[in-house]
Amino acid sequence: MWKLTEQKGEQEMRKVFVQTLDKLMNENEKVIALEADLGGASGFSKLGKSHPKQFINVGIAEANMIGIAAGLSMRGLTPFLHTFAPFAVRRACDQIFLEGAYAGNTLNIYGSDPGVCAATNGGTHTTFEDLAVMRAIPEVEIYDPADGVQLEWLIGEMIGRKGVHYIRTTRKQMPDIYQEGSVFEIGKANVLREGADVLLIAAGLGLKPALDAAEVLQEKGIDAAVVDMFTIAPLDADTIRSQMSGKKLVVTVENHNITNGLGGAIAEIMAEDASGIPLRRVGIKHEFGQVGSLDYLKKYYGLTDQNIVDTVIKSL
Amino acid sequence: MNENKLKELKRGSAAIRMETLRMMRKKGYGHLGGAMSIVELLSVLYNEVLRYDPQNPSWDGRDYVVLSKGHSGPALYAALALHGFFDTEWLGTLNDGGTRLPSHPDRLKTPGVDATTGSLGQGTSVAAGLGMALRIEEKDQKVYLIVGDGELNEGQCWEAFQFLAHHKLHEVIVIIDHNKRQLDGKLTEIMNPFDLNKKMESFGFHVISADGQKEESIYDALQQAGGVKDSAVCILLETEKAQGVPYYVDREDNHAPKFDEAANRELDALIEELRMQVEDGGK
Repeated sequence: MWKLTEQKGEQEMRKVFVQTLDKLMNENEKVIALEADLGGASGFSKLGKSHPKQFINVGIAEANMIGIAAGLSMRGLTPFLHTFAPFAVRRACDQIFLEGAYAGNTLNIYGSDPGVCAATNGGTHTTFEDLAVMRAIPEVEIYDPADGVQLEWLIGEMIGRKGVHYIRTTRKQMPDIYQEGSVFEIGKANVLREGADVLLIAAGLGLKPALDAAEVLQEKGIDAAVVDMFTIAPLDADTIRSQMSGKKLVVTVENHNITNGLGGAIAEIMAEDASGIPLRRVGIKHEFGQVGSLDYLKKYYGLTDQNIVDTVIKSL
Repeated sequence: MNENKLKELKRGSAAIRMETLRMMRKKGYGHLGGAMSIVELLSVLYNEVLRYDPQNPSWDGRDYVVLSKGHSGPALYAALALHGFFDTEWLGTLNDGGTRLPSHPDRLKTPGVDATTGSLGQGTSVAAGLGMALRIEEKDQKVYLIVGDGELNEGQCWEAFQFLAHHKLHEVIVIIDHNKRQLDGKLTEIMNPFDLNKKMESFGFHVISADGQKEESIYDALQQAGGVKDSAVCILLETEKAQGVPYYVDREDNHAPKFDEAANRELDALIEELRMQVEDGGK
């Protein structure tokens, strides 16, 4: 079971990834980490030092890395591979589709710095479309963890789990949301806060702003529920349906294009159910990325708690 | 190689060629050229070289075949059926709705198919991953990676080759089917590969040349390749597109022809000739 933390700390996600993998590699020699020459950026190089026989740096060759990982998994090894999100999902899309999903192989992909998290790497490195691409591939699981506790638990869950698992998260700090040792359920959304008027659905980078927005809305007399949709595929439609029932408004928050990402997925459910409830999608409105600090980009693209508050007030 | 063994291999080639042509003849079309150019290779592999158990296709101790030039799947299916992985009757279902023999190999559908291929270049990386897994596990099994010379247009092949060479990954035996043609024409006209022998050598490979139309040459090359332990290894197999099917050898459309009446007559006569060769025990 998970619990929200009272602490105001933060964790560096790549550190969590590397430390968790290091532990798993100690316990299980079948766990193999792969890099495409970003080991310094991801921290995966440390795994090469601590577990030289379980670490493969393929050089700057992401498509090759995906195929190699697929081949490793055919022998029962468990590959975890890192590259920046665009170099996985955009550059090696066909390889993920074919040698991963279609061929029934296992890939645990850490696509780092999705969306605005690319920050000073700029527009070339920005993925506002990775959810759209991956969501359209059958059987692929997509995760957008919101903090280090959730990420650590998630990585552990990947051991022995077959299939393509895409974990999109920043390399950098994320604020603590959950208590240490929290346990989650894959494919099950977490209702962090109940509320009668508005339903806020968020994941990853959007979750903290959604929680903060709910607090502000409370002060204004608007009761907002907040759901952490950390598993974006398969989507927990049951929780969406039960939570949206009776609400006046649904708002999704995502570090992604509002088309075909989290908001798109929720829109599909709401349309099929003819819910009649208005939906607003906070996210990137069909724009390319650009260079800047994370704070600048969050403000530019409207991903802040204030943007969520404004959207709710304007829409009610 | 003694005469009887060679006869057996030639008979095996005739059988694979016959079954492959039958499959395509039944459909009225097929990726004939590239399937024909690996027939002798498949005969040597499945008759003499590979370790496998048709009763247990996913046997952990097997050698792997990654047919990266996936469009040659029908020849692989013929070899697998003839070696007991499934009933030869399946061969008639090629490309039918619900078949277990799709045009391009699918490891989840067909017993004995080790890798899903068809998007060219990708099998090279999968083979590299399999080879690396065998290295990590300290196994002596091999991965036989069959890649087309046209397929080498794909950059991913060279990413994988760099990886193999860097790691001296001799667990993977790269076999280039150098049939000199790709879908749209001759390699030298579409995308010149230049000297593949030199190219592979300069990439760090131990290169062995072999005559891909002669079983004994292929066998010798595979034996030699199996003994290489200090570098990546590649067999450059000199073949002819549509080899063994004279009617199609020099035709522009021999990559994936649709058969007209003349072709049907030629194929029927050839299939009959091959049938007699198989029954006579090879020529």
